[in-house]
Amino acid sequence: MAGLYPRRSVLRGLMGGAAVGVSLPLLDCFLDGNGTAMASGAPLPVRFGAWFWGLGVNDDRWTPKTIGANYDIGPELKPIAPYKDQISILSGFDVPLDGKSNTPHVSGGVGIRTAVASSSRELPAPSFDVLIADHVGNRSRFRSLDVSATKDATNSLSGRGAGNLNPSESSPLALYARIFGPDFADPNSADFKPDPVVMARKSALSAVTQERQALLQRVGVRDKERLDQYFTSLRQTEQQLAIQLEKPAPLEACRIPARGDDSTPKGNDVEQVIANHKMMSQLLAMALACNQTRVFNLNFVSGASSLTRPGSTISHHQLTHEEAIDPTLGYQPDVTWFIQRSMEAFGYFINTLGSFREGDGTLLDNCLVLAHSETSYAKIHSIENIPMMVAGRAGGKVKTGLHINGAGTPASRVGLTMQMLMGVPVDAWGQGSLRTSKPVSELVA
Amino acid sequence: MTRSRSIIWLSLAVVAGAALLAGLAACSTAGAPGEAAASAQAPAPGPIVGMRRLTEAQYRNAIGDIFGPGIEVKGRFEGVVRPELGLIATAASDSTVSPSGFEQYDAVARGIAAQVLDERNRATFMPCKPADPAAPDAACARAFLSGVAPLILRRPVPASDVETYVRIAGQSVETTRDFHAALGIGLAAMLVSPEFLFLTDTAAADGRGLSAWSKASRLSFLLWNTTPDETLMAAAARGDLDTPQGLRTQVDRLIASPRVEQGVRAFFSDFFSLERVADLSKDPEIYRRFNTSVARDLPEQLLRTVVDHLLVADRPYPELFTSRRTFLSRRLGVVYNAPVASTGWTAYEFPADDERAGLLGQGAFLALYSHEGRSSPTLRGKAIREVLMCQAVPPPPANVDFSGFNETTNAILKTSRQRLEMHNTDPVCAGCHKITDPLGLPLERFDGIGAFRMEENGAVIDAMGTFEGQAFEGAAALGRLMAASKVPPQCLTRRFAEYATGLPEARTTPGWIGRLQSDFEAGGHHLRTLLRQVALSPEFYALPMPGAAPHAKVATLATRSKESR
Repeated sequence: MAGLYPRRSVLRGLMGGAAVGVSLPLLDCFLDGNGTAMASGAPLPVRFGAWFWGLGVNDDRWTPKTIGANYDIGPELKPIAPYKDQISILSGFDVPLDGKSNTPHVSGGVGIRTAVASSSRELPAPSFDVLIADHVGNRSRFRSLDVSATKDATNSLSGRGAGNLNPSESSPLALYARIFGPDFADPNSADFKPDPVVMARKSALSAVTQERQALLQRVGVRDKERLDQYFTSLRQTEQQLAIQLEKPAPLEACRIPARGDDSTPKGNDVEQVIANHKMMSQLLAMALACNQTRVFNLNFVSGASSLTRPGSTISHHQLTHEEAIDPTLGYQPDVTWFIQRSMEAFGYFINTLGSFREGDGTLLDNCLVLAHSETSYAKIHSIENIPMMVAGRAGGKVKTGLHINGAGTPASRVGLTMQMLMGVPVDAWGQGSLRTSKPVSELVA
Repeated sequence: MTRSRSIIWLSLAVVAGAALLAGLAACSTAGAPGEAAASAQAPAPGPIVGMRRLTEAQYRNAIGDIFGPGIEVKGRFEGVVRPELGLIATAASDSTVSPSGFEQYDAVARGIAAQVLDERNRATFMPCKPADPAAPDAACARAFLSGVAPLILRRPVPASDVETYVRIAGQSVETTRDFHAALGIGLAAMLVSPEFLFLTDTAAADGRGLSAWSKASRLSFLLWNTTPDETLMAAAARGDLDTPQGLRTQVDRLIASPRVEQGVRAFFSDFFSLERVADLSKDPEIYRRFNTSVARDLPEQLLRTVVDHLLVADRPYPELFTSRRTFLSRRLGVVYNAPVASTGWTAYEFPADDERAGLLGQGAFLALYSHEGRSSPTLRGKAIREVLMCQAVPPPPANVDFSGFNETTNAILKTSRQRLEMHNTDPVCAGCHKITDPLGLPLERFDGIGAFRMEENGAVIDAMGTFEGQAFEGAAALGRLMAASKVPPQCLTRRFAEYATGLPEARTTPGWIGRLQSDFEAGGHHLRTLLRQVALSPEFYALPMPGAAPHAKVATLATRSKESR
């Protein structure tokens, strides 16, 4: 990456180990004796994130053969081998559609996220990351940060339902400006003064919210839900302003990265997307370390990924359908090359979270990350046995380093488990065959 | 609406240029117009029957018209996501504002407010000066805000509504100690109002159709793609839009204006999905002539061709499939292999015997419905069916096996036709490909960026196709058959009616689109006639048909656990 983008400096400060624009880091005196809580008594926050990659895997090269702890690493899991004890592999979870048609690259992902069978990419119900954000997101500046490593803002599986998707931030520079722009308050800075303009803007938004409730009385059912979502979004900006008015608690791992030039991928070249993903991983990790958000979505490649290798006439997605299975190897070699890149990207992301020291562990120890695809074998768009991985210890709430087989039970069990682990008060979730009250108990510590 | 009601824009002189508000400030004495508006009796607002989120272009045009070209709209916008088959205009009726989308609107609004009230511009927009620039001045704030409110919200704004913003400005001075900054916070709050961000349709008091204000907005956004001008708002205030004669006067005025080009461009951008062309990327190792400048010029070429043909020359729509006249930039000359001497855009006529003619020869169409590294007869045929003829093509089966359609450098299968024939030995695939490929294969002499070629991988391209049972060869012949068919103009009419109302056909008044189609044909397929027919139709101003909800109401999916009950 360094060779490709020699002048890029977004994260140079970070990667070179030099903190730029940072005041005193959180010293151990800010922590209690166990290093798991702030001296104030507040525990270190647990964050939730979803990491998505499209177009699945080759089942027999990816899925471990053994169940339980110390699972074996097949060729396609190699990139995550160094983090094996921090990652659990979930196989054998299905997305039953109750007779609805399987829309390729859509039904699988929507089913996992919403626990509703759907043939449309427009979300029929809130995705579980939004439900988690509603529960844990109101103590950070952003309720959730949603990003895409490809340039496509619609590379997203997150939303509040009624057909709308939360768009993904696809430019690292825009993401940087959003997190670390002028509205960022350094938690480790000694002096803090609430900004009078922020105070005034916050009151303005509260004032119009009251006024606009009258509008809600005038709309039909059809528009009411959309207007409700508008108000939810408005309140979220109001909440951001409220948090900007409070002196932030110091955070040890928080560093402000230097700002760089824009590297939004201009094309669909997979190398550019990988470079973009690296920068976004670093920025997201920083945003978590600085308590700017407690929930995130990082979308690597989408289900209809049109990523290409330079000089190739066909994209990753086309390849899954058009490439012949190599009779000697037993798989599609070019498709497999892309799967390999996706697993390496996830490995990079986990490594990034693991490299931030927080308390007596790392940022990863205080995260719960669910990685999943939207299909298992893209060639035939299968939605049985969709590959998923859980990483991070969620502050000690989750067991890691296991291979768990769902034995054909609904994939919504995983979404339910994520909600429960993050403290959402829920005991059953979903519709039809995707409705479940059985969390994946093996994961719960 | 009574005629005697005092409405702010009635007091305005018609000013040259587009800035409604600069006109207001220029011809008002301090406070007077504001008080006039504030004293207007507010009609009880009717039920809201539709909300369409403004597109980025509509937002920018509206701000340009309200504040003039000197105010820059800086920032990003959450796009309305195009549905699988259909228009952004109809998707806008189901679109909302996400948290990050709101943040963006808020940032853009603050940027606009800061410019309007900065030291350089405030004299233009403010009808008054505060007594003390560091202290509240409710009268001055009221004068400004009651002037902008009807322009931003596109309706008369009762004094009580304006007071909300006056209070915001007043409270903000307490913390900021800056009258103009505080007023900017009030203005920015108004600019994130759902009534500005959404085209908000309200029902008329008699419940029989849209209110006069909603009619004015609908007309203006349809024909000019921007907020209503003061003449139109004055006509709405007088009740003119509720009478056939008054409506005709306004419709004819709007269509006769050069600004109608902005409306026509917006429709065709949506109809042809041109926002996707600007984002196209092609493999640079395969298509060396393609770059981001070409991707930017292709939609512009198509729009210039459409506007020239349909508005300037007033030629029938079907002839757009055979017309040889287009416009080229120097960069496009490289793709089209045509000499372009000038640095700007220049008219260009393809020779009479050229393979390239009409819409189907436009690079925007050919490149959009291709892959990164090669052309696609299937995507092109599908687009002709779905986009230009409004016919649905079934999706491929989920378990389809494409491996026969493999390597483009296959020694035996050199052309797309050969590869597709191989693929179609499977009867499951052949069923759908019969619908698409005979319309796409005749365009194969244009590669994945629309450049002409006679061969693919060294094999001569066979450009034979069939259109509704008729065999023919090549793109120009396909254009002639499309021009002779009744289907494309019927499709255009249907999409235009959907675009105009923001509703899918099923929710428009039954029978309306059929009548428009017959009238369009009877009138010789002239676009202005279609614009006028739609804009004068009572159905255009009708309340939407209930139809099926786009999404079942969000069910209560989660059961709360016992601890939290």
